[in-house]
Amino acid sequence: MNNELIYIILALGIGALTIIMAIIAILNKKLSIAVVAAGVVSLFASILYLFMSAPDVAMTEAAIGSGLATLIFFYVLNKIKKYND
Amino acid sequence: MIRNFLIGLVLASFVYIFYNLYVSYEPKTELTGIAAHYAEQGAKEVGAANLVTAVVVTYRGFDTMGEVTILFLTASIIGFFLKLNKKDEKKVIIHKGTSELLVTSAQLLVPIIFLFGVYVFINGHLTPGGGFQGGAIIASGIALLIMANPNKEINHHAILWIESISGIMFVIIGLLGIALAGGFLDNRFISLGTFGDLFSAGAIPLIYSFIGLKVGAEISNILNKYQKSQKES
Amino acid sequence: MEYLNLGKISLLIGFILIIIGFWGILSQKNIIKIIVSFTILDTGINILIVSLGYIKGRTAPIIDASVPQLADHNVLNSIVDPVPQALVLTAIVIGFGVTALLLAYAMKLFKAKRTLEINQFNDLKW
Repeated sequence: MNNELIYIILALGIGALTIIMAIIAILNKKLSIAVVAAGVVSLFASILYLFMSAPDVAMTEAAIGSGLATLIFFYVLNKIKKYND
Repeated sequence: MIRNFLIGLVLASFVYIFYNLYVSYEPKTELTGIAAHYAEQGAKEVGAANLVTAVVVTYRGFDTMGEVTILFLTASIIGFFLKLNKKDEKKVIIHKGTSELLVTSAQLLVPIIFLFGVYVFINGHLTPGGGFQGGAIIASGIALLIMANPNKEINHHAILWIESISGIMFVIIGLLGIALAGGFLDNRFISLGTFGDLFSAGAIPLIYSFIGLKVGAEISNILNKYQKSQKES
Repeated sequence: MEYLNLGKISLLIGFILIIIGFWGILSQKNIIKIIVSFTILDTGINILIVSLGYIKGRTAPIIDASVPQLADHNVLNSIVDPVPQALVLTAIVIGFGVTALLLAYAMKLFKAKRTLEINQFNDLKW
């Protein structure tokens, strides 16, 4: 029971951070900050999956959602920056 | 003005729907229906300790095949869109130079990352992990490699062959399931073995290894295409 | 205390992320920002589906030492639902593919008009 309570408090904190990061990702004018914030949303989501006893999903989300997807976004941002120069 | 009003209207209706769903939702207290069957009979029927793997590879194996096909289609469309012409192909990416730390750690870590990816998808039926996770880990190894050396040429033919052969083998194993056991992607044509061993659960380790190689090759292909598109001016 | 269930909290987070994602898709004018909003929407839907399978106080659907070995009714009473997890597993990989495809389109569009503002792409508007 005590263990469950700790998880609930942690989940509330991580959930609040996730939502703040999502709002930052949408409102921030700088594209690179928005992309990184979206990656952080994915990372926190993978911790939430771990709390919900879904380790398979957590591994996939951490590797693909927050790692490789962010990398591809940065390739595109770099390309756009090169065009603008 | 009217645009913001319409957006507000759409969002407010979503909030209304979700509020009603949230208030009326009651958390489950026990497994019912098909999930109860998988939990009770999964270990006996399929022999995999990881029930998620059992569902992904055998019970819903057909979904997985469609999913891998979608990924293949995506990779081909991206390859079509980001195709370079002959002149750009020969260009060299000019960069400010990668740091010593990144280059050295890439040399050290990439083989270990590949090994870990293979470990994850071979043990997919026993521990958390499997083909998709292992493939993603292998692809992140490739990502480290091309970040350390932006002009690195990933062998395109190797990726192509790994992907085609593992896709064909996946379908052939599925058809063997029809011929020798109960249906498409049935894993019981190889004996189930002792529960919990590495070589157990029939064909699941084999199928998941091929899925892992295929997913890894496809994601590496996508990364490689984006890397090469940096050459174009 | 009834509301302090991990499943319900995650459900709420999923709903909020979906609404934020829709808000971003509808209100943003930059194509890259729209794709970022799409990934947030995707994450929200995945959290929602996983939270529907969560059952309080149970472990992951992996039968090992922490689950009493193969005594059928014990397995039934000690793991969470494996089906939503399997669905989300494939959904994440497809989501990555879709994001990569959207970004390829975005690059092509930028090359055509040298801008990312969605209002500039009005060739089919009349």
